[in-house]
Amino acid sequence: MEKFTSHTGVGIPLRRSNVDTDQIIPAHWLKKVTRDGFEDGLFEAWRKDPDFILNKSPYDRATVLVAGPDFGTGSSREHAVWALQNYGFKVVLSSRFADIFRGNSGKSGLLAAQVDDKVIQRLWEYLESNPGATVTVDLESRTVKAGEGVDAIEDSFTIDDYTRWRLLEGLDDVGITLSHADDIAAYEAGRPSFKPATL
Amino acid sequence: MGRTLAEKVWDDHVVRSHEGEPDLLFIDLHLIHEVTSPQAFDGLRLAGRQVRRPDLTLATEDHNIPTTDLDKPIADIVSRTQVETLRRNAEEFGVRLHPMGDIDQGIVHVVGPQLGLTQPGMTIVCGDSHTATHGAFGSIAFGIGTSEVEHVLATQTLSQAKPKMMAVEVTGELPPDATAKDLILALIAQETTGGGQGYIVEYRGEAIRKLSMEARMTICNMSIEWGAKAGLIAPDQTTYDYLQGRPNAPKGAEWDAAVAYWDTLVSDDDAQFDKVVTIDASTVAPFVTWGTNPGQGVPLSASVPDPESFDDPIQREAAQKALTYMGLTAGTPMRDIKVDTVFIGSCTNGRIEDLRVAAKLIEGRKVAEDTRILVVPGSVRVRLQAEEEGLDVIFKEAGAEWRGAGCSMCLGMNPDQLTPGERSASTSNRNFEGRQGKGGRTHLVSPDVAVATGVLGHLASPADLPEMAGV
Repeated sequence: MEKFTSHTGVGIPLRRSNVDTDQIIPAHWLKKVTRDGFEDGLFEAWRKDPDFILNKSPYDRATVLVAGPDFGTGSSREHAVWALQNYGFKVVLSSRFADIFRGNSGKSGLLAAQVDDKVIQRLWEYLESNPGATVTVDLESRTVKAGEGVDAIEDSFTIDDYTRWRLLEGLDDVGITLSHADDIAAYEAGRPSFKPATL
Repeated sequence: MGRTLAEKVWDDHVVRSHEGEPDLLFIDLHLIHEVTSPQAFDGLRLAGRQVRRPDLTLATEDHNIPTTDLDKPIADIVSRTQVETLRRNAEEFGVRLHPMGDIDQGIVHVVGPQLGLTQPGMTIVCGDSHTATHGAFGSIAFGIGTSEVEHVLATQTLSQAKPKMMAVEVTGELPPDATAKDLILALIAQETTGGGQGYIVEYRGEAIRKLSMEARMTICNMSIEWGAKAGLIAPDQTTYDYLQGRPNAPKGAEWDAAVAYWDTLVSDDDAQFDKVVTIDASTVAPFVTWGTNPGQGVPLSASVPDPESFDDPIQREAAQKALTYMGLTAGTPMRDIKVDTVFIGSCTNGRIEDLRVAAKLIEGRKVAEDTRILVVPGSVRVRLQAEEEGLDVIFKEAGAEWRGAGCSMCLGMNPDQLTPGERSASTSNRNFEGRQGKGGRTHLVSPDVAVATGVLGHLASPADLPEMAGV
């Protein structure tokens, strides 16, 4: 996984709540057996509408998605994270993420940063009045910034310490866990014999 | 201080606990299927790793497979490739697989319990968000992403921050015309889709104790639809009676040892929950959704709500968008909504008990003109059991379609799909835009409401059905 420290990129306001993972990547795309090539499936149904914001320049170049509450609900498909990343997104900002989506993002290197709902509202207004404006998200200091002068938006975001550390270091989860192989073996030795086995 | 049921199960699976880090949990059972596993096996191969515990892993084919023409190769080449990839991976890594045509094939969440692999006090994961189904046995069961599937394959563990604990106190008794599905739909509407976020929820109370295992599975299955990490129910005699004698259930002295442990799996009287939610089961009536998330539901006797009636601007906007997508007008009585297709099946309501209820209700009646009913058993064994009881004949005589086992029309990734604008009453778990096929419009319902709707051609409950002559 690539290290993530800070990112500055075009922001896109997505004025929708409950963006479920079926909307992010519809099920028929899930038949693929690779982790890439999902960009054309991202928000596929909504992108059929020429007025959908991701179809409009300069928002189509966005790398920071600013979404409504309860982003990533529903299906556990990690393909939703891959689709966002394949398209070019590095960061998703929302006031509330579904647990599985948040976990999947952390594993794949997409930053799911939770900010206050008021910050989302201000970013929406700012990005709508200033198409193509950038948003800076700094993982080191846990801050999100946009705009300049008196109207500048600057606030902190929430991410758990462990995920932040892993993203900053670009660490592979399996590798970390396998360094504790002795603990796993010790646990296995003490498991009750009545626990079921498939083989 | 006492502990909750979930805390007890959690504590019993901690491999490693370290300040400032998530706990490393041992996973007792890892269920896999064709859709969310190929990239995980690829990851293992790239790193030169093995499956650590193939003996705690089980694979089945369910999501993208057809439910007709089962004797022929899968027509859709991309789907066929994915299924063949699972077969190759299972063989290469020594994982037990129940492929199409096998007697134990079926939806992963129907197969685990029916084999007796799902038992109290376990940790169970699967790359599928409806894994909480297994919580009905008093286990911590939850859905994971593909990176986590790879992690479990390689290590048989998962790093998890301990969620908060919530109790859902179900007071009173369900009225005779209300089902477990109505109860969970009403709860999700009450708590909204984000209400359970960050929690493991324990469903408790007399109404829950009286439910069958199938009904408990329906409740736990939909925990994710209100955002909960997992949902579970303390095991009791109903659980033991369901388990005893199943192929993978403990036997003899092992059974006694297991029961002695399972008996300890209750929340202590002085256990502290971070949050308690109450719902009065006696107020629950047949319940249906009108919108595009599972929280947008009302009793069947109500009307399509007016978006202006929502105080919260975000909910108001969501309601407006939902009505446009669903092609509904505020104020329309739910019973006036005509339905094209009825789907009875899925990991929510595709078990034998669901099919028995549906068959009993449809016996001697006919599917409405211009409406179709699809009945899709959750597993091959459910299908065979139903056929032994003659349920397939009842469905077919009524004009319903009787299919092979799989996820089918619950999600639009196999041939069973709605066409744009087509409206369904579905016993599945999600009414998202396009969930059952591009442009399809879904109303979530119980099996009872599904059958009544299929017979009358509009959303209806069994009470709306005319009396049959001679009954």
